[in-house]
Amino acid sequence: MKPKETAEHFILSSSPHAHSPVGLTQIMLDVIIALLPTTAMGIWFFGFPAVWTIATCVSTCIVTEAVCRMAMKRESTIGDLSAVVTGLLLALNLPAGLPLWMAVVGSVFAIFIAKQVFGGLGMNPFNPALAARAFMLISFTGPMTTWLKPFWWRTPEVMTCATPLAFVKSGNLADVPCFMKLLIGEMPGCIGEVSAVALLIGAIYLLVRKVITWHIPVTFIVTVALYALISGRAPMQVEILTGGVIIGACFMATDYVTSPTTATGKLIFGCGCGLICMLIRQFGSYPEGCSFAILIMNAVCPLINRWTRPKPFGAT
Amino acid sequence: MKTVKSQFKFHGGVHPPYNKELARDKAIERLPMPAELVISMSQHLGAPAKCIVKVGDVIRKGQLIGEKNGFISVGVRASASGTVKAIEKRLSPAGGMADAVILTVDSANNECENLPPLNWQTASREELLKRVEDAGICGMGGAGFPTNVKLNPPPNKHCEYLILNGAECEPYLTADYRVMLERASRIRLGVEIMRKILGGPAVRIAVEANKPEAISALEQAFADIEGNVEIVVLPVLYPQGSEKHQIYATVKRIVPEPPALPIDVGCVVENVGTVAAIADAVEKGLPLIERVTTVSGDAIVSPKNVLAPIGTTYRDLVAFCGGEKLKPAKVISGGTMMGFAVPNLDIATTKTTSGLLLLSNKSVFQYTSGPCINCGRCVRACPMMLNPAEISKAVEADDIKDAEYCHVMSCIECGACAFSCPSRRPIVQFCRRAKNSIRARIAAEKAAAQKAKEAK
Repeated sequence: MKPKETAEHFILSSSPHAHSPVGLTQIMLDVIIALLPTTAMGIWFFGFPAVWTIATCVSTCIVTEAVCRMAMKRESTIGDLSAVVTGLLLALNLPAGLPLWMAVVGSVFAIFIAKQVFGGLGMNPFNPALAARAFMLISFTGPMTTWLKPFWWRTPEVMTCATPLAFVKSGNLADVPCFMKLLIGEMPGCIGEVSAVALLIGAIYLLVRKVITWHIPVTFIVTVALYALISGRAPMQVEILTGGVIIGACFMATDYVTSPTTATGKLIFGCGCGLICMLIRQFGSYPEGCSFAILIMNAVCPLINRWTRPKPFGAT
Repeated sequence: MKTVKSQFKFHGGVHPPYNKELARDKAIERLPMPAELVISMSQHLGAPAKCIVKVGDVIRKGQLIGEKNGFISVGVRASASGTVKAIEKRLSPAGGMADAVILTVDSANNECENLPPLNWQTASREELLKRVEDAGICGMGGAGFPTNVKLNPPPNKHCEYLILNGAECEPYLTADYRVMLERASRIRLGVEIMRKILGGPAVRIAVEANKPEAISALEQAFADIEGNVEIVVLPVLYPQGSEKHQIYATVKRIVPEPPALPIDVGCVVENVGTVAAIADAVEKGLPLIERVTTVSGDAIVSPKNVLAPIGTTYRDLVAFCGGEKLKPAKVISGGTMMGFAVPNLDIATTKTTSGLLLLSNKSVFQYTSGPCINCGRCVRACPMMLNPAEISKAVEADDIKDAEYCHVMSCIECGACAFSCPSRRPIVQFCRRAKNSIRARIAAEKAAAQKAKEAK
């Protein structure tokens, strides 16, 4: 009965014994790389205030993550880089020139309230960066809607300006910057949302690396475009290229944790984001609406997952 | 006979590193008879065989030592002549304990007590079926389903397609490849016998496209065969060798959810090694007492395809292949995707041992698993079109009901989900846990119903 004694100590584990080289940290690193072009463009347009905001958010997120994990007596998760991604995304969704203490408060909210309170990575129902942005928009409405002009140091007499969507809201379509400026991103707005070209380069990188799939970005943007065409509120390119639609569609709505897992679910999710975003723009009091649209769709994500559960091979 | 490309691609699948070059060009070598064999009574799917020898018995090679014990069961024959040293519980490769006959081999007396050879053309269908059963043949691809049961479908079900599984999609393994290359004519004979038993179904031979030499060997062997026979070249994609997916890839039929079997869609799938074993059992009267096992991995001195008696300990196989080159960190019975990690080398081969891998620290991926981040890679990889993420989260929360609702019983444990998971979650383990507890619950319910019936 007694098994023979052996000097062997082999590792025992459940199959499979082979694993894809793509790990969590690799994915997070890819997202950070994909965000670098738009980060660079934001810094080029808005200068040092953008640098300080980004540095503050990223470092605060890392510290908050470490402190939270310590308080919860759990292993540190800084190494997975998810806190860096949250910090960077939050900073890119803030206006440059925001008082830094506000950025700190927002970062703490993102990691502590929106993420760790729910149990950390993978458990949060809402995108932490967007939840924090929504919280900040309500708490610090003035500073959160004060926009530096691109290259503000060239015109020291008027440093701030309204966003293109604010012009649309107030009916001043003539003041909206030209198409090329919208594409490059030379307009007031959040640090990372302005440069569509840089964002699309990042999105293509993520698609090539198979970090994201096309479903959410394409349906999101197409829905916005169709709504714009039908409603005729503003030219299609203005609706798409401003107010964070590109960063929202490619980087925020595609957040794994808060978006559906199935392809069909992703299509529904993308359409929902686009539609709610446009409804808020047209009927709400905020000129933008992208972040709220994504947060609302985050909330119904588990439901979408249930609806779109794939039919197993062979099931009837 | 013609060769066609598979037109039907199943959902999902992954591309694990194949590492087949280690052993693919090594011709099958026969292992010298070891001094001791450990012959398990539980080498197949279903009820273990009943041991019919006692300690001290002198037995002859080929003699029946384990009797078929139930409908889904198959007998076990001695792989060598010798004396029964002990009968004891031994660890099986899959992790359970099973009765095993420990045989001290008498190497001077190595004549096999063959069954009388049969002429398959004149023998009746029943005689052939009986032979498959007597020879103790079960599926040699991995699951070990008793072959005589598979070849004898209930009268209301008819086999239209006999599919030969030569996909061998498991990394490292080349045993089936070598059998196809070196024993193609045996496979042909086996096909003809099986066709007779099954009432003349069409034949599809499924081989992955990365084995062109095997395909041309089979083309040669089957060149002048009559009837509807096709070699179907499958795209290289894991798990192409899964029965259900092979049926889809070759004849585009979908096997319904368990407990449905391939025969419910008119198909019988048999591993190429099993087919060759059937040919040997009928024509030469050889029982299934030896098989080809790939011994490979980066920790072995010379990887080989070894023809070894069933019951050879892994230690003997390793010694035959030159021993250890590096310190093995993990030893796997089978391939890296579905094989079992074993705790020591005292475990012995069975009828289903297709491979033995010794992996050094360098090629063993050690990890700590994290939370599910909902990325959907497992959903895209799952060939059964399940949502492994949801299942794993349900099982983690001990919600077996929800896992069942997510069709966990359809899981084939191929490991494509866990392979692709960036959080390194042990998804297959979660699925197994759910399946086991669901099976236990169903069994308990059945027993309770039976009891209630008896009480009435």
